[in-house]
Amino acid sequence: MTCELWETKIDAYVDGELALEEERALRDHMRSCPACSQDALGRIELKRAVHSAGKRYQPSDEFRARMARQVAAKPAGEGWAWMRGWRPRLAAVAVVLVAFGISILHVRSMQRQQVMLQIADLHASNLASANPVDVVSSDKHTVKPWFQGKLPFSFDLPELSGTQFELLGGRMVFVEREPAALLVYSIRKHKISVIVSMDRDGLEKLGSGETSVNSFHLETWSQRGLRYIVISDTSEQDVHVLAELFRKSAGS
Amino acid sequence: MSDSRPDPAAFEALAMPLFDSLYNLAHWLTQSREDAEDLVQETFAKALKGFGSFQPGTNFRAWIFRILRNTFLTSRSGLAATATKLPLNEEGDESVLTPSPRTPETLLLEQLEADALQDAIAALPVQYREALLLADVEEMSYQEIADSVGIPIGTVMSRLSRARRTVREALQGKVRKQGAQK
Repeated sequence: MTCELWETKIDAYVDGELALEEERALRDHMRSCPACSQDALGRIELKRAVHSAGKRYQPSDEFRARMARQVAAKPAGEGWAWMRGWRPRLAAVAVVLVAFGISILHVRSMQRQQVMLQIADLHASNLASANPVDVVSSDKHTVKPWFQGKLPFSFDLPELSGTQFELLGGRMVFVEREPAALLVYSIRKHKISVIVSMDRDGLEKLGSGETSVNSFHLETWSQRGLRYIVISDTSEQDVHVLAELFRKSAGS
Repeated sequence: MSDSRPDPAAFEALAMPLFDSLYNLAHWLTQSREDAEDLVQETFAKALKGFGSFQPGTNFRAWIFRILRNTFLTSRSGLAATATKLPLNEEGDESVLTPSPRTPETLLLEQLEADALQDAIAALPVQYREALLLADVEEMSYQEIADSVGIPIGTVMSRLSRARRTVREALQGKVRKQGAQK
């Protein structure tokens, strides 16, 4: 597909309306097309700006109170009639609330799992691609400035001297419609992906901690408004050590 | 025994959490505090009256936004606002959309005052403004917007695309104007 064809899909992508397969195909396309990925970033920024700017008008306190009275008004004599059967009503409400709570927890856990699978997929498919990084350098002072103007945030890369980790480079990707930096490191013969993005929307659901997804080790946390995800097939210990280096670097 | 009369308590529980959102959209549509209050008040009155016909389990938000919209369309300010005709090819025709300029919005937004975006939204034809606000402020799905506005999903997408392109072009125009004045 050419970019003209993708262009009509980008709005639906930004609105979260693409089918899973189409979304995956567009994400793959954006990894190799800076023009489309820049276009998507611009539209995401505009959508966020409209979201804030559009919340412009607040009802006055007087109008709110007037409407609340109007809506709460009940026909004469019926004002407290509903209280007569309050026990069964409360019981029904409690059952609904508990069921609602359980289903919310279930949905959140499903969504979290979905994002984790997306990240595992991104890590694996990126390493399998012919060019896993767009900026090829082991120098963090070359890799970090490359992201300037491409991402709506800034982040620090850790100092690796005295460790076995080596920086291979980075590229811009999208995770949950968030523009993100994907950094690739190596340790011995293994590759590690580190994803850094704003901690918003779908990514916030990840919480913090270490887990295993599709046999990859994954560690994630939120720090100073940014979401960090470290994922690899190397040992849990290696993932944790690199994560710790990032935490120190972001905290300093 | 079931009671088919509207239950004000159930209505209150569903409607009041949407009060701020309904008022915000009403003010954007009417562009006046007084007209917005009249519109919300009439919407609530109609919704409460028709609440008996609302089917529990269906989308209350889309239902009440649709009442607000229909009430607006038949109001004085609504008739005036919709008197401006949309382009003839508006109804779901994606093929006529020209590619949008690829200027990064991030840069545009950084260069402009915060109210420049609000002015650009306010200047949109009311049908485009409504679709944009329902999608980006209310975060409704395309299906929900289609249900609220009473148009096919293809038309929702086309209105959104046009609204965003028009806003982008308006912002670019402002940046050019600012540059020329410097």
